[in-house]
Parts: sequence; C-alpha cells; structure tokens
Amino acid sequence: MTTWADLLFLLVLVLDLFVLASSRLRAGIRAVAAQGGLLALLPVVLAGPATETRHVVALALGALAVKGVGIPWLLARATRESTVNREVAPLVGFAPSMVLGALGIVVAVWYAGPIPLPVPGKHPLLVPTAIGTAWTGLLLIVTRRKAVGQVLGFLVLENGVFVLGLLLSDFMPAMVEVGVLLDLFAAVFVMGLVMFDIQRAFSSLDTEKLASLKD
Amino acid sequence: MLLLVAAPLLLAAVAFAAPWSRLRPPVLLAGALVHFGTVAWLWAAPPAPAFGGWLAIDAAGQLVLLLVSTLFLVCAVYAQGYLARRRDRDNRAFVGGLLVLLAAISAVAMAQHLGLLWVAIEITTLATAPLIYFNQNELALEAAWKYLVVCSVGIAMALLGTFLLALASAGPGGPRSLLLADLVAAGPGLARPWVRFAYVFLLAGYGTKMGLAPFHAWKPDVYGEAPGLLGALLSGGVTSVAFLGIIRVLQVCLAAGEGGFARQALVALGLLSIGLAAVFLIRQRDLKRMLAYSSVEHMGILVLGVGLGGAAATGAFLHLLYNGLTKGALFLTAGNIHRAFGTKDIDKLRGAARVLPVSGPVFLAAFLAITGSPPFAPFFSEFAILDGAVQAGAWGPAAAYLVGLAVIFVGMGATVLRVVQGVPPEEARSTAMGDTLLTAGPPLALLAAILALGLWVPAPLRTLVGAAAALVGGG
Repeated sequence: MTTWADLLFLLVLVLDLFVLASSRLRAGIRAVAAQGGLLALLPVVLAGPATETRHVVALALGALAVKGVGIPWLLARATRESTVNREVAPLVGFAPSMVLGALGIVVAVWYAGPIPLPVPGKHPLLVPTAIGTAWTGLLLIVTRRKAVGQVLGFLVLENGVFVLGLLLSDFMPAMVEVGVLLDLFAAVFVMGLVMFDIQRAFSSLDTEKLASLKD
Repeated sequence: MLLLVAAPLLLAAVAFAAPWSRLRPPVLLAGALVHFGTVAWLWAAPPAPAFGGWLAIDAAGQLVLLLVSTLFLVCAVYAQGYLARRRDRDNRAFVGGLLVLLAAISAVAMAQHLGLLWVAIEITTLATAPLIYFNQNELALEAAWKYLVVCSVGIAMALLGTFLLALASAGPGGPRSLLLADLVAAGPGLARPWVRFAYVFLLAGYGTKMGLAPFHAWKPDVYGEAPGLLGALLSGGVTSVAFLGIIRVLQVCLAAGEGGFARQALVALGLLSIGLAAVFLIRQRDLKRMLAYSSVEHMGILVLGVGLGGAAATGAFLHLLYNGLTKGALFLTAGNIHRAFGTKDIDKLRGAARVLPVSGPVFLAAFLAITGSPPFAPFFSEFAILDGAVQAGAWGPAAAYLVGLAVIFVGMGATVLRVVQGVPPEEARSTAMGDTLLTAGPPLALLAAILALGLWVPAPLRTLVGAAAALVGGG
C-alpha cells in the first residue's frame, strides 16, 4: 500500500502548487475540493493494524463530506451568486508565488523529513506534506488580496493541519476529530462573504434611493 | 465548577430566545452576578479536579477567573446604561454573544487538557466576531472580517502546535496524553525536538490571539471599531486567557528542559511589542486605536515578565490583574467620550473633562495608572518586573523596557491631555450623552479598585499570585 500513499502525498503537494498558480477562482476552488477528496483517502490508505476500522471510516467520510464537497460547494455558490470579481488578483505574481511555494515544499522535505518521529512506522512523506501544505496555505492568505482567495488559503492551511493530525490517529483519535472544528471557521468565512455582498447591495440601493427622491 | 460554564450558556440561550430587547440587559446582569458569586465561592472552597482531571482550578486559572468575573460584572452594569442608549440596535446577538464569551473564557481558565484549551479558545474567537459587528456599518464589518482571518490563522497554528505536542508525548516513555499534569510529570520523557517545534507554533498561535507584535495586526482595527464595552472585555479578558494558554505551554517546556529557548523567545517578543507600541503611540490620531497599541504594549510587558522569570514572573501575574482592571476603566470612559462627542478623532476632541465631569477625569487618572504612575496598582507590578530583570542580571532588557515605558508615557500623555483639557466645541457641550450613574459609575469603581490595590494588596491575593508565578518557576 506504500506506493498508493506515495502517490496521494505527491498529488496533494502538486495541488498545492496548482492552487498557487491558478488565476481563476473557479479553478482554485476545484483544486481545493480535489485536495479535500484526496485527504479523505489518506486515513484509509495509512490505516495500520492499531487503528480502529470504525474510526478510519468515520474520519474518511467526514473529511470527504466537509473538505471535499461541503465547504467548496458553499464557496462556489457564494462566489457565483455574488458580484465578487472572479479574477484572483494576487499581491505577488503567480510565478514568484509558485517559486516560493516550491521552495517551501523542498525545505519541508529536506529538513522535516529526516527528524526522527517519536512514533514508529509512519510514512516518511507525511510530515513534509503537512508542513509544505500549511506553508502554501499561509502563502495564499498573505499574497491574495481578495477575500475569497484568502478563504481558499485558509482551507489549504487547514488541510495541512489535517495531514499532520493523521499521525495521532493511533493513540489520540479524538484530537484528530477536534480538527474538524477548524471547518467551523471556514463556514463562518463563507457567511462573511455573503454578508459583504449584502452590505454592498444595501449601500448601492441607498444611493439609488437618494437619486430617485430628487424629482 | 461546571456552573461557571453552564450558567452563562443557559442564560445566553434565554437571551437568544427572549423576544423583548428590554429583557435582555437584566439577563446579562444576572449571568454576571451568578458567575461572580460562583468564582468567589470557589476561591473560598477550592474544588477537586473534575472529569478525570480535564477541569481543575489552579492558581493561574483562579487569577484569570477572578479578573474576568470582576471585569464582566462591571461591564454588565455598564451595559445596562449603554444598551438603554442604543435602543436603535437589536441587542439579541450582543447579549447572547457576551454570555457565550463568558462561558468560553471560564472554560479556558479551568481547562487542564491542551485539546480542550484549544477548543475553548477557538470558541472565544467565534463568539467575539459578531460582537465586533454590533455597530453594523462597513468599518465594523471590515474589523470583524480582519479579526476572523488573522485569529483563525492563529488558531490553526495553535492546533498544529497542539498536534506536534501530542506527537512529542508519544515517544517511548511518553505519557501519550495532553493532560497538563501528565505532560509536566513526564518532563524529560517528551521528545525534545518536537517540543521545541510545537512551542514555536503554539507561541505564534496564542500570541496572535493575545495580540503580541508582530501578530497584532487585528488589534487596532477591532478595538477601534468595537463598542468600548467589548474593548474592555477583549483587552482584559480574551487576551488574558490567550496569555494563560502561553503559560500552559511554557509549563510543559520548562518541564521538558526547553526552558531556556522558551524564555528567550518570550523576552524577544515582549520587547518587540513594547517597542512597536511606543512607535505607534506617538502622535496617534484615534482615541481607541491609541488604547489598542497600549494593549499591545502591556501584553508585551506580561510575556517579558514571564520570560525573565523569578521576581519578574510574580510581577507579570500581578500585572495581568492590574492591567485588566485599568484597561476596563480606560475603554469604558473612552466609549463615553466617543458617544458624547460623536467622534474618536483626536483633532476634534477637546475638553472632555468639562463635558463629562466624571468620565473625563477618570480617563485621565486611568491613563496615569496604566503608564505606571504611583500610587496606582500598575506602578507596583511594572516596578516588580523591572526589579526582577535587574535581579536576573538582564540589563539589556531592563534598559529597553524602561526606555519603552518612558516614550509611551510621553507619547500617550500628549494625546490624553489634549483630549481631557481645553474648551470643548459648541455642539459637544449640549450633548444628550452626558455622564449617568450607570455609564460613569462602573469605570469609577474600577479606578477605585486600582487605587486601593496600589495602596494595599490583600494577603490571599498575594498568596494566589505567588502560587501562580511558582507554576512557571517564579517566586
């Protein structure tokens, strides 16, 4: 099963770079959704003899429902119905941000990989993937000017935290599930986006009223 | 103990369900009174740990409970007057949110499990965001959004750090637990490189929540746009529980033998916060933003004290209490000034002492207190930290600390004196928002408490602070 896990980790990292490079919001949201779906497979692929099956299934289904489908769908709906500009508009250009992201991933593999883990028998790419993904998320939050871009960055950051949490699933499964609470923030962000839009709609309505009362 | 969390939650449910907005302020007051009574009772008769040791009240937690409960009670009384003036706003989310915030803060103060601590701190963030949006204008929305984005990144970092700490506890001989007592007992059994790794993320995460430089970006915007009442609770309550989170992590680091590294990082962040606040406090144009930078400064003083350890740690825990109470007086009076003049722009504020015969002078006195003038209480805690630095032979930090405090005194003083003195503009003199018993009384009571604590510290409080400092190697 190690080869499948290798493939999954590499795909997660490639998607990091893809989100950094995508200039259209729609593509970014799809990439984040795909990453969430891949993460849902990870607990299944990594499950050892020590993990409870019930737990693995719950975690995988939960991740798929929330990270792969729920939040991306809400986000896509919020952007479709609003007047939000669909371009990403980064503060740092796409090529430099991709280089920075790749650099972070390389550093993560180089340095975080060899540190001996206190728990034996874990996949060697797990920690580098977690750190690299969290780094990508931070980079997205810092470099994107539009609110939706920042929310995407937060989702990627959250995915990195989730990957790291998988290390704990043998002995502290409850902590991993606590991580789902982070998604609450994501949900609130989507609500915030909708509110931004309502606010804008109200203010434009107000000025129209002022104009119509003139005559 | 459970009452401290359950009672505010229950009353929050009542507030959300109640159809009349006039009924809600008394519900808030009831919650504050029940909470205050319970805290006092638990101080007199310390309870045994509950839920398998997940909830317990140690000295540091007790100190935070005492501060938050007092501050919340004062703010609840103030809210009676404030909300009566703001009948135009629906107060359902405001009152309910405040009570949820109180429950979450109490949970943090009692949490002995680092996972539970994280969950409770996350809830304080979620409960605060709608409160910032109380004024429902575009600026308030922007502040609430910024608060959520910055703090959620901090919270994600803290979760990452908590996971790493759990990992550190999983090695051979490790406790495989996140209970504080287990971690501290395991001490050297923790995997040290992972403890250090975890500490970096946890410090960044909870440091963001606390508003330490360079993670303070949300603070000026939020304190600037939120009601003064919320500013008081944020700067005295929410930041205090984030500080408690850092204390918990420091306890683990000290036990694991990573104390030197952990302390150095705290001293560096503390001095950076003081220095940055000093730069932004000079010629600050906005009354409430000025208080926000003052809060950055005092958070810096707290971690500086804990980082230095010894007598400075005792000073830091005293300062936690004194700073919270003084900030309460400052924010409540600043809120009154803002209401009466209809602006918080320094250029348009003149003669607050004439328009508001109580709030104006209280604001001035609270400024003197927070900048460390005797005989007010913060002078003694700030002096204790300086004393601790000198005793520890940390001359560099001691000198930087003194210079920072002096610059801040001058910088803030120029602004505050201009606001309080002088002849007020014509339209402000006929304001309908003058001082009343319910809006000016609470900050006056806080000021009296700070003055009293400066003159005489009760013995039980002294013991409590000493015990809290002993948790992180002070005394």
